[in-house]
Amino acid sequence: MIWNKNSECMEREDLEELQLKRLQNTVKTAFNKIPFYNKKYSEFNIFPEDINSLNDIEKLPFLTKDDLRESYPFGMFAVDKKEIIEVHSSSGTTGKPVVSGYTQKDLDIWAEVMARGLTMMGLDEDDIIQNTHGYGLFTGGFGIHYGAQKIGMTVIPISTGQTRRQVEIMNDFGSTGLIFTPSYGMYLGEVAKEENIDPHKMGIKSIGFGSEMWTEEMRLKIEEIFNCKAFNIYGLTELLGPGVGVECIKQDGLHVAEDIFYPEIINPKNKETIKNGERGELVLTNLYREGMPVIRFRTKDITSLKYEKCECGRTLLRMSRITGRTDDMLKVKGVGVFPSQIEKALLKISRIEPHYQIIVTRPDLMDEIEVKVEASQELFFDGVKEMMHIQNKIAKLIENEIGIRVKVTLVEPKSIPRSEGKAIRVIDKRNLK
Amino acid sequence: MKIDQLSIFLQNKKGNLYNALNVLSEGKVNIRALSLADTSEFAILRIVVDDPIKGRKVLEENNFIVKITKIIAIELNDTPGGLSSILKILNENNIDLEYLYAFTHEKSEKAILLLHTDDIDNLIKILKKNNVVIVPSNEIYDL
Repeated sequence: MIWNKNSECMEREDLEELQLKRLQNTVKTAFNKIPFYNKKYSEFNIFPEDINSLNDIEKLPFLTKDDLRESYPFGMFAVDKKEIIEVHSSSGTTGKPVVSGYTQKDLDIWAEVMARGLTMMGLDEDDIIQNTHGYGLFTGGFGIHYGAQKIGMTVIPISTGQTRRQVEIMNDFGSTGLIFTPSYGMYLGEVAKEENIDPHKMGIKSIGFGSEMWTEEMRLKIEEIFNCKAFNIYGLTELLGPGVGVECIKQDGLHVAEDIFYPEIINPKNKETIKNGERGELVLTNLYREGMPVIRFRTKDITSLKYEKCECGRTLLRMSRITGRTDDMLKVKGVGVFPSQIEKALLKISRIEPHYQIIVTRPDLMDEIEVKVEASQELFFDGVKEMMHIQNKIAKLIENEIGIRVKVTLVEPKSIPRSEGKAIRVIDKRNLK
Repeated sequence: MKIDQLSIFLQNKKGNLYNALNVLSEGKVNIRALSLADTSEFAILRIVVDDPIKGRKVLEENNFIVKITKIIAIELNDTPGGLSSILKILNENNIDLEYLYAFTHEKSEKAILLLHTDDIDNLIKILKKNNVVIVPSNEIYDL
């Protein structure tokens, strides 16, 4: 099934014509309505009328997360605030978070791209979808929700957690579609078995993954647990949310909704566009967004694009799954974590930044994060109670910063290995490559 | 009167206690009394030595984190009931002990009890009022 044949199976020539028209409109709106773009483009001496072909997009400067952050909270909106009917936000890294604003039309488009995606995954109006993505400022929950409702599916907006209850509902309600992060999915499968429920007999038809790095082995494992296919869903809060790209039944890359988002691959070092299908950093542009058009956003995600027509019949290009980052962001339990956030939290407890090390493991299907912190005069007290208190306090500060719970261990000075004088900050033992 | 105790941060790992004690032995620092508070991840080693300043110096030179904590020493009869009589006094006076450890003194056949509370001055006041013998710090260092 294809949700929107007109858009998803368009001839490339027609698609490019549509993309150019929408790009021109987007750049014009951004330039006229958003002071940030007006200033920046003027500085670069580039104006909306200079965009005469799709390749001309390369003349436009990139947009970074820092740019968006500096416009916090509503500085990137292209419409009057009363037209914005919903906001979402991505986690703050070193400063303020990034806010994404949506008009009614933007929510409709978001629902449209997710409806296409869920259809690609083989789901339709007869299905019951259990959405374990969190509902809140995070876009994962609502994006899936809107898309599923647009199709006419029955949505169980259960969010993450309460795993035993999840399993019970899955079984009692007869969920046929599941949305989860791969590690949570594995955990769900384990809990189901503990409850003597065979995940094979649940009648799950399709699974959508999001917001976490995973490997082909993990996919196979999950497919085996639930006896159905599992598909990759990609998206970013800055651009709308999930639905930028979704895998079709062929499971050979994610179809990017190219009439809505314009993808480019660049070499992160010299920032030149890569067109030969090689890997590089994904850069995305909103082609059809009212509330907050984002132009040439550097995602820091590493992927590649291929243009060959897919056997599923869609002509939309496919991006490979994300295999890495150009920065030091880690994905833990589906949440992006930067070492700088840990640093920020540690500076709240000690005037001198302590040496620390982040250790990410997946001991029992679920990600775990431990932060080792070298003790110092400031972080040492002659009492077990006080020591436990300081460990908990550090853990709380880090949790406030990154949104997930961590284990904090105080270690002896100079016990964290250093290479060339600098401590090795991150040890990821999950082996996701 | 107050004794300078060295409190040392240790990770709960094989060999770590030895490393700390070895540093003291190589620095010719003599240990009078020792106690170890441990959790699954870390430990606090508390020691009274003959020369706390020197002890701290050699440990810090070897990357240990050391804090000097004031404690007091009292003398009690090395007989049944000796310790509980002291604890009774503390209890009746609402003293919340953080920790204590004890050792026996060969020469005098007396037991020495080392005590720490948040308000050490108040502790001293109450012990004096109850005629408990507080051992001067020099006497402990020079045992």
